[in-house]
Amino acid sequence: MINLVKEKNPMPEQDPMVRNKNFKEVSTGYTEDMAINEAMRCLKCRKKPCTTGCPVRVRIPEFIEKIAEGEFEEAYQIISDTSSLPAICGRVCPQENQCEGVCVQGVKGEPVAIGRLERFAADWHREHFKDEVIEKAEGNGHKVAVVGSGPAGLACAGDLIAKGYEVTVFESLHKEGGVLAYGIPEFRLPKSIVAAEVSKLADKGVKFVNNAVVGMSMTVDELFEDGYEAVFVGTGAGLPQFMNIPGENLLGVYSANEYLTRINLMKAYIPEYDTPIHISKRVAVIGGGNVAMDAARCAKRMGAEEVYIVYRRSMDEIPARKEEIHHAIEEGIKFQLLTNPVAIKGTDKAYVCGLECVEMELGEPDSSGRRRPVEKKGSNFVLDVDAVIMAIGTRLNKLILETTENLEPNKKGGIGADEKTGETSHEGIFAGGDAVTGAATVILAMGAGKNAADSIDKYLESN
Amino acid sequence: MYKIVGKRRLNSTITWLEIEAPLVARKAKPGQFIILRTDEYGERIPLTMAGHNSEKGTIDIIYQAVGKTTLLLDQFEVGDALADVVGPLGKPTEMEGLKRVAVVGGGTGNALAYPIAKGMHDAGIQVDMIAGFQTKDVVILEDEFRAGTTNLYITTDDGTYGEKGFTTDKLKDLIESGNAYDEVVAVGPPIMMKFVCQLTKKYDIKTVVSLTAYMVDGTGMCGGCRVVIGDENKFACVDGPEFDGQLVDWDELIQRNSFYQEQEKEDMSHICRLTGGVRYHD
Ligand SMILES: Cc1cc2nc3c(=O)[nH]c(=O)nc-3n(C[C@H](O)[C@H](O)[C@H](O)COP(=O)(O)OP(=O)(O)OC[C@H]3O[C@@H](n4cnc5c(N)ncnc54)[C@H](O)[C@@H]3O)c2cc1C
Ligand SMILES: Cc1cc2nc3c(=O)[nH]c(=O)nc-3n(C[C@H](O)[C@H](O)[C@H](O)COP(=O)(O)OP(=O)(O)OC[C@H]3O[C@@H](n4cnc5c(N)ncnc54)[C@H](O)[C@@H]3O)c2cc1C
Ligand code: SF4
Ligand code: SF4
Ligand code: FES
Repeated sequence: MINLVKEKNPMPEQDPMVRNKNFKEVSTGYTEDMAINEAMRCLKCRKKPCTTGCPVRVRIPEFIEKIAEGEFEEAYQIISDTSSLPAICGRVCPQENQCEGVCVQGVKGEPVAIGRLERFAADWHREHFKDEVIEKAEGNGHKVAVVGSGPAGLACAGDLIAKGYEVTVFESLHKEGGVLAYGIPEFRLPKSIVAAEVSKLADKGVKFVNNAVVGMSMTVDELFEDGYEAVFVGTGAGLPQFMNIPGENLLGVYSANEYLTRINLMKAYIPEYDTPIHISKRVAVIGGGNVAMDAARCAKRMGAEEVYIVYRRSMDEIPARKEEIHHAIEEGIKFQLLTNPVAIKGTDKAYVCGLECVEMELGEPDSSGRRRPVEKKGSNFVLDVDAVIMAIGTRLNKLILETTENLEPNKKGGIGADEKTGETSHEGIFAGGDAVTGAATVILAMGAGKNAADSIDKYLESN
Repeated sequence: MYKIVGKRRLNSTITWLEIEAPLVARKAKPGQFIILRTDEYGERIPLTMAGHNSEKGTIDIIYQAVGKTTLLLDQFEVGDALADVVGPLGKPTEMEGLKRVAVVGGGTGNALAYPIAKGMHDAGIQVDMIAGFQTKDVVILEDEFRAGTTNLYITTDDGTYGEKGFTTDKLKDLIESGNAYDEVVAVGPPIMMKFVCQLTKKYDIKTVVSLTAYMVDGTGMCGGCRVVIGDENKFACVDGPEFDGQLVDWDELIQRNSFYQEQEKEDMSHICRLTGGVRYHD
C-alpha cells in the first residue's frame, strides 16, 4: 500500500516560543504510527536514487519497507550495516542535499522523510534494547590507535573493534564526541545519544583515553613505539577564524567555537555548572552555516532579546541545513542578509556596543558558482548589539603535522590522505574526516572513518 | 582520575599540590601548563606546572585561591582525585644560547616563574631571581628559589622583608650596576610585566613574559585566549604562553582579563555562602 500524500508527515516539535527558552530537543520524533504512515510514502524505486545520494549508501528503500511493516529492529539493523551513527545522522545530515535531495517523491511533492525515519529506527532501537548484551569480537592481537573521538574516530574505532582489533581512542578534551559533544547543541542533538554511542563502543572493548593531546601528551611516533601498529588521525578542523576587522578583541566577541563550547561541552546554561558565559541582550552572529544557526539559537536560549544572523549573501546561497534555518526563523532569529560587518564598536570599558555593517549586492558568479557579494558604497549602518559571535568557518590544526615526521599536508593545509582509503604519506598512518577535507559533515567524516578502518585492516593483514 | 598525593600550604592563599598525572609528567617541560577540572561540574582552568617527576608520574602545581575554582580546589586533600588534568600544554621555555638571565616574579607570578628559573638554572644558565611580594607574610618559595637560582633577591612593597621597593627598582639596580643579561623573564600581574618591559626596552634587553589569558580548551580550538602580539592575533595556549613582552598590547590584555569578573564574584559568594566552599549537589 502506498500513501499518496505529497507532504511529509510533519515532525512533532516543541512550540517555537517555548523551545527558544529551553535546551530540550526541538523535534520530539515520530510515533510508530507516524513512522509507518511516512514509510508508506516510499515508492520502492528500483533504481534507488536515494541510496546513491547517501554518502554511506544506506539501503534506504529496504529499511523503509521494514518500518512500513512495523519491523523496526530489522530496519535499524539494515541501516547499521552501512552507518555507524544512525541516531545522529538521522538528526543532523543535510538530507536535502543528499538522500532526500534525489528522492523521486521530491519531484512533485516533498521527498520521503528519510532522515526522520532513520532517526525513528535508531531511537526505537535505543529505547527497546537498553540492556542489549554486546558481543565482543574475538581479538586478533593487533593494536590500533585512533586520534580524536569525533564521528570519524568513533566510526573507525567501531569498525576496527568489530574486526577484532584492540582499539584505543585518544581524545584531547575531557569528553568524547568531537563536534557532536562541543559544537552541536543539546536541542538539536541530545548529548545522551552521543554518550550512548560512546558507551556502546566501550562495551565492545574500545578503550578511551581522554585528556590526551596527541602531539603534546605523546606524539604519533610514540604511539608506534608503544606498540600500536597503525594510527588513524581524525582530529577535525577546529581552529576558529576571525575576520580581522577592528574591534575583534573587545569584550563580548566570541568565536562560535568558544561560545558553543562554553554552552554545550561546559554546560554554561545549567546553573550547577561553573563555566561562565557573558549574558548578552542583543547578539549578532556572523556567518550563514550550521555553526552560525547553532550559535544564534543558543544565544536566544541564553536570554538574548534580539539575535541577528549577519550574512553577506542572500537566502538562496545560505549554506546551513534548511531545517535549521526554518527553525531559527520560527524561534525569532532575525536575518540580516546581504550585510557584511566592517568593524565592531566598543564602549570606553571595551565592551561591545555595536556592529558596523555595510549593505551588499550580488554581482557576477565567482569560482564557486555563487554570485559574488559586492559592497554598496556609503550604505554603512550600525547594528545595536552587545555581543558578536564569529561563525565564519574554521581552519585546520597543524599540531599533528608539525609533530610527526614524514606526514605531508594536502593543498588545503589538512593532513594529506587519499580520500577513499585514508592512506597518508607515512606508512601506518591513516587520516580522515574534517582533518583532511576541512569543515564538512558528520556523515562524510563517519564514512571516512569506516573506509580507513577497511584500509587499516588490509594493511595489517598484509604485514 | 588524577589523585592528589601531596599538599602543602605556602602562605594563607597559595598552595602547592602534587598530582598523579603520568601522561603529563612523561613529557612536561619548564614553562608548560596543564588544564584541570575539579569535578563533573567544574570549569577548566589553566595552571603552570611548578615541577614534575616522570618516574613517579606526578606533576606539581602552585595555585592561589582567588575565585570559584581555585577555592574549590582548596577543598581537595591528599587522597582525593581531580576529574581531569590535561597537558602538557603550551610551548616550553626557550633556553637555547642563553648564558645569563634575570627572572622577575611578582606575587603569585613567582609560582609561574619558579619552574622557568629552575629549568634555566638546571640547564647551566646563570639565573638572577628577583622575587617581589607585597609584604613579608605572603613570601613563598624562598628555599626553592635559593636552591634553584644563582642569586636571589627578595623585595617587598612595604619593606617588611628583603629589600623595600618594587621588582623593577631592583632590576634597574642590577642592570645599572653592570650585570649584562641576555634576557629578562617577567611573570606576574600584567601591570608589573608592563613596567618591566618599559624598563628593559631602554636597555634593549630581550624580555619574555608569560601571559595568563582566559582559556577553555588549551589546544587552539576556541580562540578565547587570543592576545595581540605585535600586529598579530595569537592564541596564548598554543603560540605561548611565553611571548616577547615588547610586542604585547598590555592595555588590551588587562581589559580582557576582567571580562568575567562580575559574574565570577557573584558565583563565588554563592558557593561560599551556601556551602562554605564545598560544592553541594543533590
Ligand atoms: C556548530 C557545528 C554544527 C554543525 N552542524 C552540522 C550538521 O548539522 N550536520 C552535519 O552533517 N555536520 C555539521 N557540522 C560539521 C560536523 O560536525 C563535522 O564535519 C564533523 O564533526 C567532523 O568530524 P571529525 O570526526 O572529522 O572531527 P571532529 O568532530 O572535529 O572531532 C575531532 C576530535 O579530535 C579531537 N582532537 C583534535 N586534535 C587532537 C589531538 N591532537 N589529540 C587528540 N585529540 C584531538 C578534538 O578534540 C575532537 O574531539 C557542524 C559543525 C559545527 C562546529
Ligand atoms: C597559562 C596559564 C598559567 C597559569 N598558571 C597559574 C599558576 O601557576 N598559579 C595560579 O595561581 N594561577 C595561574 N593561572 C591563573 C589561573 O588560571 C586563574 O587564577 C584561575 O583560572 C582562576 O580561576 P577561579 O575560578 O578560581 O577564579 P575566577 O573566579 O575565575 O577569577 C578570580 C579572579 O582571577 C582573575 N582571573 C581568572 N582567570 C584568570 C586568568 N586566566 N588569568 C589571569 N587572571 C585570571 C579574574 O579576573 C578574577 O579577578 C594561570 C593562567 C594561565 C592562562
Ligand atoms: S545517513 Fe544521512 S544521507 Fe544517508 S540516508 Fe541517512 S540521513 Fe540520508
Ligand atoms: S527515491 Fe524516495 S521514493 Fe524512491 S525508493 Fe528512495 S526513498 Fe523511496
Ligand atoms: S584556550 Fe581555546 S584556543 Fe587557546
